Amino acid sequence: MAVTAASPSGSAGHAHEGTYSGGLLSWITTVDHKRIGVMYGVSAFFFFLVGGIEALLIRLQLGSPESTLIDPDLYNQLFTMHGTTMVFLAIMPLSAAFFNFIVPLQIGARDVAFPRLNAFSFWVFFLGALFMNASFLFGGAPDAGWFGYANLTSTQYSPGIRVDFWVIGLLVLGVSSIAAALNFIVTIINLRCEGMTLMRMPLFTWMTLITSFLLVMAFPAITVGLVLLMFDRMFGTLFFNPMAGGDVLLWQHLFWIFGHPEVYILLLPGLGMVSEIIPVFSRKPLFGYAFVVYSGILIAFLGFGVWAHHMFAVGLGPVANTVFSAATMLIAIPTGVKIFNWIATLWGGSLRMRTPLYFSLGFIAMFIIGGLSGVMHASAAADLQQTDTYFIVAHIHYVLFGGVMFALFAGMYYWIPKVTGRMLSDRLGKLHFWIMLISFNLTFFPQHFLGLHGMPRRTFTYESGLGFEAMNLMSTVGSMFLGASMLIFIWNVLHMLRKGPPAGDDPWDGATLEWSMASPPPHYNFRALPVVHSRDPLWAADTTEAVPGDDPSVPEPHMPGPSYFPFVTAVGIVVMAAGGLTTALPVVAVGVALILFGIYGWAFQPLEH
Amino acid sequence: MRLWIGPLLALTALALGACGGPFPQSALDPASDFAWKLQHLFEGIFLWAVVVFVLVEGALIVAILRFRERPGGPTPKATHGNTVLEIAWTLAPAVVLVLIAIPTVRVIWDVDRPARGESLVVEAIGHQWWWEFRYPELGIVTANELHIPVGVQVDVRLTSADVIHSFWFPRLGGKRDVIPGHETQIWFTADSAGLYLGQCAEFCGLSHALMKMQLVAESPAEFEAWVEHQKSDALVADSAAFADGSQAFMQGGCIACHAVRGTIAQGVLGPDLTHVGSRRRIAAGILENTPANMERWIKNSRGVKPGSLMVVPELDDETVSRIVAYLQSLK
Amino acid sequence: MSQTDAATMEMHSATGLPNRKVLMWAFIGSECMLFGSLIIVYMVYRGKSLVGPYPADLLNIPFITVTTFVLLMSSLMMVLALSAVQRGDMRWGKVWLFMTAFFGMIFLGGQVYEFTHFVHEGLTLQTNLFGGSFFLLTGTHGAHVTVGVIWLLSLFFMAQRGRLTQANAETVEIAGLYWHFVDVVWIVLFTLIYLLV
Repeated sequence: MAVTAASPSGSAGHAHEGTYSGGLLSWITTVDHKRIGVMYGVSAFFFFLVGGIEALLIRLQLGSPESTLIDPDLYNQLFTMHGTTMVFLAIMPLSAAFFNFIVPLQIGARDVAFPRLNAFSFWVFFLGALFMNASFLFGGAPDAGWFGYANLTSTQYSPGIRVDFWVIGLLVLGVSSIAAALNFIVTIINLRCEGMTLMRMPLFTWMTLITSFLLVMAFPAITVGLVLLMFDRMFGTLFFNPMAGGDVLLWQHLFWIFGHPEVYILLLPGLGMVSEIIPVFSRKPLFGYAFVVYSGILIAFLGFGVWAHHMFAVGLGPVANTVFSAATMLIAIPTGVKIFNWIATLWGGSLRMRTPLYFSLGFIAMFIIGGLSGVMHASAAADLQQTDTYFIVAHIHYVLFGGVMFALFAGMYYWIPKVTGRMLSDRLGKLHFWIMLISFNLTFFPQHFLGLHGMPRRTFTYESGLGFEAMNLMSTVGSMFLGASMLIFIWNVLHMLRKGPPAGDDPWDGATLEWSMASPPPHYNFRALPVVHSRDPLWAADTTEAVPGDDPSVPEPHMPGPSYFPFVTAVGIVVMAAGGLTTALPVVAVGVALILFGIYGWAFQPLEH
Repeated sequence: MRLWIGPLLALTALALGACGGPFPQSALDPASDFAWKLQHLFEGIFLWAVVVFVLVEGALIVAILRFRERPGGPTPKATHGNTVLEIAWTLAPAVVLVLIAIPTVRVIWDVDRPARGESLVVEAIGHQWWWEFRYPELGIVTANELHIPVGVQVDVRLTSADVIHSFWFPRLGGKRDVIPGHETQIWFTADSAGLYLGQCAEFCGLSHALMKMQLVAESPAEFEAWVEHQKSDALVADSAAFADGSQAFMQGGCIACHAVRGTIAQGVLGPDLTHVGSRRRIAAGILENTPANMERWIKNSRGVKPGSLMVVPELDDETVSRIVAYLQSLK
Repeated sequence: MSQTDAATMEMHSATGLPNRKVLMWAFIGSECMLFGSLIIVYMVYRGKSLVGPYPADLLNIPFITVTTFVLLMSSLMMVLALSAVQRGDMRWGKVWLFMTAFFGMIFLGGQVYEFTHFVHEGLTLQTNLFGGSFFLLTGTHGAHVTVGVIWLLSLFFMAQRGRLTQANAETVEIAGLYWHFVDVVWIVLFTLIYLLV
């Protein structure tokens, strides 16, 4: 192995358990990208479970026709919060967990470019997520859909503070996303180690870079939409008031100019993970690296030109529908290229059938189905029957669950040994995989047919006699098993934390730099910065010296010290949000004061200890 | 070639919903020119999807089975790519997409344009959570139950009284959003007589799931008869019970929102009730039109349809049954 | 954020560009999308107000031309400030930093006067679509100018206390990048709102 220069894994692993030591205060003030990654991961998984429970309640209600288990008021809150939670509080931060933990290691850096900004991003996300969910305790959660179409969100049709929670919560989360994305852009552009040219970057790092650009460019559109809506609701402006000439469709344009790139923000990190895992478990480099990279860039680029395919039933006219149909179909080409390259990577390999590969293969299989149904509604005319039905519900879940979540689980099984230094059980992992795969299909495959047979989405009930009963029941039964499969995963993780066998530096014979160091990595990552000469530095036998390992004779590098200013600033933002929500000006003033204190303290605090 | 796609689709659907069905609201059971165009387009795309699905999933499965790690197996060759292959599998999906795009564009230009030629104009107005239908050329106003003649093009002009809704009769074609501040349009020709089910397809608030409607397609003669009947003022019966019920209705506050043509009831906020007794269903298509259901609706409209905007004053049971008897008589 | 990053010192920059400068450029990219979206909103609602006052009734082009000129001049002073700091001439550096901020404040004063005048004439956020979109767009720009003025004054006071030296020229350069961006945005807004009434 190329990394024999690294110290024996046992002792290295033992030496770095300090990576996570320290009390609560040390977690609040930490600026270490690995600890922040862990915090992102744990909290995102928590919100994934919250969103999952919301989904299970939805399925229970729909398990039988004309059910009265959940009243429509609660149902509308549940589906709104299920969508909002899964998109903004589960998948995005789960991706961010991997960005944080893995990217600096993969590019041979000691941390991200702006460690405190990174801590700030996490705390704004976490407190913003709590803020959004606190709505359940104060008069109910948002209930106008995760897409919040105007003018249902106006004070006339949505009085009270539910929609205000949604508007302000999303604005807060936007701050977190943009700050994190800017940070990763700079990190990846500037902190690559010597020899790590752009075209030698691991695919996951590449997709992180593209995702970060998407975030930075897409979030302003929804920010403007949300500000207009907030002004309408709080100050009585007329932006979305049709009686005063306001155009409710403006919201849809602004929302989807953000919303479609958002789909790729959710998807691309998963594509990157799978592009890392498949080569490692095939023992063969990624087939067509450059094509996979370029197709990722092309997907992102095209993603900005297809937003109106969410609006085919609006009546934009044949010209717009033709253009957006064609643009949407174009996206199938780079997506197809990626799938073909993954299969070509498997082809001729020596497949080690371990859990991460299982989930990656499950991802490809399910993502193909989601992609094909996507082409069906890329056709604007055919979409007139499909939009706003369960066909679309099936499609998005094949892309975001069958696709993204399978990929994220692949990533978790692959990288958790690096994070914790211990191995997850492969047997439990495969059990988790099979139950998840089968129950996922049982849940969502029938929904295609429910939609085609005329069941609209976002309905809290359906009449008996429309033929929807059997397929809904199947879907509900499937969802219960899907929920149960998560318990296996949680059990696997808890068991690992107590009794998991040590992972060693490189349990998978990985190709990228994160496998060159102890698990968990020391807080400084690299004592001496590595130099790479190829895309797969750990597989190239002649770079032993270039990836130096943790040589105790080299002095430990100085790392940035902890800071509570990012946390204080984040608290200030959420306090200001809460004040805005209740129009309590003194509370807003306290929030602003905290923000100013935080920023000035931050600006004048030296980074070192 | 098309011949076997329909059955294939139906078969898959059947296999899945073996214990489900019949599907009276199914988009896969077209009954208008519009719906057929979309169905044919969908069948073509579905065919391609099946072909691609079989090929790609097949390749994936073969790769998994064939290249599993085996003890003593050869070390894989480190291939980095193949430009010819890359170009091939960039072009292959492009060709398939072109084959899908051509019929797509043709159908888009066929269905997304304004209606041409003679048509029966209907104005559909979406309300939270019911549908108002007006026939401007015929002077008819009704609610939740649309009547059209078979074989005649119907041009539906859509507007909203409050939030965004979406007009959808799956068997008669695709949906079109109903948007406040905009007028949208959808048009189709029903090809066979029958009762068709529809419902709002854009989330529009609390009782979105309960915003349904029905469409009766009938022979031109039957339609003429219906039109003549609808044009007439509300029936006046010469009986004490009728007079009682009518009085209860007029004095019970109902007329603030409801109209009954030929009487003093001229409200405009709620559905027109001139011929409510002749409708198949009430409460926007969610209850059979029976005296018992109507009584239930009047006494507890928010229990039946959460958030319903119908304001019912305190009425004793006696009054309610009189009103119901009156409304039921308005055939 | 203005202190040199310890970790950064040891992490070389793969592009040779300072981290903070790359950050500012990426941030400006994001800001372009923000102002782009706001401009789209303003343009979509141009001429859509159902009641007055309308733009032609209110906009005082000569007045705004003067404040626009003042803002443009501030950009020139920003260039002079940076160049002075870069050659280590902190005396003139301070002068030009202060003048830049001061001209920014004159611009803001003009905006405050304009807003109050409009409110007196009966145009508020709630009056019509012009009111809402005009105040939101120019107000967002004004908020950016305000942040810039605070930033420049902070630099000025740091320089007063001797905490800003030639070694921190990069800090001034990044503030300058932001300031120039805000000015360029105003040129676009001035053209779209005032010249193309």
